[in-house]
Amino acid sequence: MSTTHSVAMEHHKDYTGSKIGIWLFLITEVVLFGGLFLLYAVYRSSYAEDFHNAANELDTLVGAANTIVLLTSSLSVALSIAAVHRGNRKLAIIMLVLTIVFGGWFMVNKYFEWGAKISHGIYPGSSTLGLHPKGEIIFFGLYFTMTGLHGLHVIVGMILLTVMLFKVLGQPRSQVQFVDGHGLERARGGKFVVKDRYGGEVWTSEELDDSVQSISVDVKFWPVAKRFRVNDFIQLENSGLYWHIVDVIWIFLFPLFYLIT
Amino acid sequence: MKDEHETQHESGGYGVYFLAWFALLLLTSITTTAAGMDFGSFSVFVALVIAAIKATVVLYLFMHLKHESKLFHIMVFVVLVTLVIFIGLTFTDVLFR
Repeated sequence: MSTTHSVAMEHHKDYTGSKIGIWLFLITEVVLFGGLFLLYAVYRSSYAEDFHNAANELDTLVGAANTIVLLTSSLSVALSIAAVHRGNRKLAIIMLVLTIVFGGWFMVNKYFEWGAKISHGIYPGSSTLGLHPKGEIIFFGLYFTMTGLHGLHVIVGMILLTVMLFKVLGQPRSQVQFVDGHGLERARGGKFVVKDRYGGEVWTSEELDDSVQSISVDVKFWPVAKRFRVNDFIQLENSGLYWHIVDVIWIFLFPLFYLIT
Repeated sequence: MKDEHETQHESGGYGVYFLAWFALLLLTSITTTAAGMDFGSFSVFVALVIAAIKATVVLYLFMHLKHESKLFHIMVFVVLVTLVIFIGLTFTDVLFR
């Protein structure tokens, strides 16, 4: 006599709930930077002339280069997620690595940019900057605060994406555990059989007697195009969303600090 | 298993992203060029409008807001209105003080 118990192997993850969660978080990020933009706007209206002169000291070329780097990194992270959706593991990995490299490139540019400013004595609290008009001091204070906070977000994004890279590299791996008491009672006295898709028996267990307390199965999910588990990549998608919002913030920082002179 | 999920969140072809990226680069070069020209007091306005268009492209295409439900649109709308109120009210204070 054989009884077939089919076990639904679903991961109970709430896709929409997770998406709402990350969007709410991104909104708090927007509000955080929104406050700083408000500060910028008010001081700009009070010290228009000083802001104009101070912005002239920033290198538009470096700013534009960093904009292109960040926009391209947004493309690569979007491509990586699209590749995951299509089960193209290799492309997903390449694009994730590229995104992290672009993030690093952005930070290296930032390092040289800040370094040049600091070596010219332009940094918060410096005696050289203290001789500048008040509006310029405020401009550079905001510049270091806002690009600094943004840079911090880029670093956090790079860390998140690195973790995600290891998650993708770690595929296929997924452990499903059945510790279902009721199901186990019904299975007692029988045997646990693993069949392949044609119904052939791949493996048969010992008889499930009273000593069996739980059954756990280590399942490997190979990333073939039609069976790449989207639900396991909510975290990757959400990290991608975070990366994009960091890009959006830069989209506003760039013209306000580098262009409007 | 969850086939409807896998297709439901399918996000267009790769081409859309390249198109979005190209548009963003184009807008970047436009805003950089526009900064070189003198629009007077309009230059801030022009730069911010272009930045807003770029942000919309990122939100709708890269962040898939286009495919999300109405709730997400409302969330984004609410935060934008909140920011406008914050900034607007602050300026009524600053400008007429």
